[in-house]
Amino acid sequence: MMQAVAIPPFERFYEQHRDEVLRLLRRRLGAARADDAFQETFLRALQAYPRLAHGEHLRAWVLTIARNVAVDALRRQRADGGEPAEQAVEDRRPAYRELAGLTDGLPPKERAAVVLRYGYDLPYDQIAAALGSSEGAARQAASTGVRRLRRRITP
Amino acid sequence: MTVPHDLDRRFREAAAALRLVDASFDIVESPLGPLLVAVSDRGLAAVSYDPKPEAALERIARIAGPRVLRSPRAVEEARRELDEYFAGRRRVFDLALDLRGLASFTVSVLGELARVPYGTTTTYGALAARVGRPRSARAVGTVMNRNRLPIVLPCHRVVGSGGDLVGYAGGLERKVALLQLEGVL
Repeated sequence: MMQAVAIPPFERFYEQHRDEVLRLLRRRLGAARADDAFQETFLRALQAYPRLAHGEHLRAWVLTIARNVAVDALRRQRADGGEPAEQAVEDRRPAYRELAGLTDGLPPKERAAVVLRYGYDLPYDQIAAALGSSEGAARQAASTGVRRLRRRITP
Repeated sequence: MTVPHDLDRRFREAAAALRLVDASFDIVESPLGPLLVAVSDRGLAAVSYDPKPEAALERIARIAGPRVLRSPRAVEEARRELDEYFAGRRRVFDLALDLRGLASFTVSVLGELARVPYGTTTTYGALAARVGRPRSARAVGTVMNRNRLPIVLPCHRVVGSGGDLVGYAGGLERKVALLQLEGVL
């Protein structure tokens, strides 16, 4: 067994990832709306941080939180009758890309759960934290997503 | 691209205001050089002469939890009391202290240490006697050496039985400077 990577003090985690998170949010939401989403992303991360089991995959974890915050922001905007949301720009992450095409039509939560579980190999407690849901709900979302994919692949 | 200063500050203030952090820290300038000062919701958690956060943050995280975030506003009260002390306008600190994780012997030694008045000195042996362990002067020395709240818990006021300064985790020159500030030397 490899020793679990310790969770770093939040300051170090934040300094390491804040630039990339802001870049992602600006790509998806535009500069004007990225600021609120940035704050929301790291506040969600703070909330979930003590529940992390170890310090691995923190980058994937926080980028997933950011993507979910962006999805929520775009959804809110649509609900408010704002401008039609621009198509989200896909990241060029190998693990994500492999699953991206395959999981395209899934509902956002299921898609995120499937990609985090099978693309990034994250444990369910971290997926739950990233999605802002319970561990059971994360597990449920991943398995529903996989079932949906299976139905689609095997007619 | 880096995160704009204003956005960074807003996040840090929101995090502290929402009480989502286990401890906040900042660098406090002092005549002895920059001090890394950390506070938790229980009180002052660390004062470090080493302003490079790396090792200090790990230590603070072990005391208070992993959510350690820099936040100037959160350490304002500690900064003000330290400023007043260094300006010669404060003799007693009113800050609450976070002594979590310390052994009971350490806590009782630090409790006695806190009662050593400004501008006076005591000895390792005398402190040991005051906690009822007169033969534990050496253990008291170890507690002083590991004091995570120097200045506020005045380990600089503890000297050898012959009056020699012995040592100081922050460097002997700082012990001298503090005792000079208090008019002992």
